[in-house]
Amino acid sequence: MSEHSEHEHHIVSPKTYLAILTALLAGTALTIAASYVDMGPLNPIIALAIACTKAVLVILFFMHVKYSTKLTKLTVGAGVFTFLILVGMTLADYFTRAWGRW
Amino acid sequence: MSDSTVITYDAQAGEEHEHPSYQRHHFETIGQQNDATNFAMWLFLLTEIMFFGGLFTAYLIYRNWYYPAFVAASHQLDIFWGGLNTLLLITSSFTMAMGVWSAEMRKQGALVLCLTLTFVLGLGFLGIKTIEYREKFEKHHVPGLHYSVQSFTNPASDPEIEREYRDKPLPPDMATHTELYFFLYFAMTGMHALHMIIGICILGFMIVRARAGAYTGGHLAFVENFGLYWHFVDIVWIFLFPLLYLISRHQ
Repeated sequence: MSEHSEHEHHIVSPKTYLAILTALLAGTALTIAASYVDMGPLNPIIALAIACTKAVLVILFFMHVKYSTKLTKLTVGAGVFTFLILVGMTLADYFTRAWGRW
Repeated sequence: MSDSTVITYDAQAGEEHEHPSYQRHHFETIGQQNDATNFAMWLFLLTEIMFFGGLFTAYLIYRNWYYPAFVAASHQLDIFWGGLNTLLLITSSFTMAMGVWSAEMRKQGALVLCLTLTFVLGLGFLGIKTIEYREKFEKHHVPGLHYSVQSFTNPASDPEIEREYRDKPLPPDMATHTELYFFLYFAMTGMHALHMIIGICILGFMIVRARAGAYTGGHLAFVENFGLYWHFVDIVWIFLFPLLYLISRHQ
């Protein structure tokens, strides 16, 4: 990729923004509806899956990461990856060490 | 701010160069300046993700430890208010994105309108949060000196919640852990609300500047990077809403 194209400024169209807004509102309705159905341990998993999908839509389109430079994409990716390691390791530690003996 | 160009004279090379007045001299091009600012904003947002991540992790651990207390306590939250707030915040993210678009298209009127709508929706969110907080104060569900476990040791004393969820009374030692749920509830939604308040203040500043014609002359880095902040605050709420309000409805 040439130096120039990295600096090109992509303008996201209002149509895209409107489509994302609709998807986010649909996701909100879906997550509320899902909470009224008893799915046992699946309830939090489904709620988090919907929330993650919504967050990805916001990051890619509202925050323009889909159209950003490789540097920005790498920054966001590395950040999320580090975050998941920190949370994942902490939870793994708690869940396997003194569980049930607090 | 105008988009006029400054022509400076480079003494050493003896040639003229042109660049927009808002380009700082330590950047070679305006593209480089924008990339650097964008990168810096994302680094700041990553520190924010780590900060809220700590609160979310604490919530997940304690929810699993004191599960019955967290389920009963979360039944105190009203899904209607939480859902309405989600609607307001997502819509405000959309109007903010449209504000960035207006600035890119150099439409001053549309930019002012979008920023004002974002401002109003943000205030609406805080207003609803106030209604919810007040109820917690009235029921003595704010952690501290006057905290009361009555709603949890004796659910019949709280008929509205009792009718909807039919919770069994919690043993007194488990009921005391509901205070931890509310501590995390106020810490997380409170920190989120603080971010909203800061965002609304900056929005007010931007509306004044936009009315004076700033941002629509080609230099909109401030609007773009504020947009990133506002969307980030939206994402935090996208996770707070299901985790605090929804996932324990049926347990």
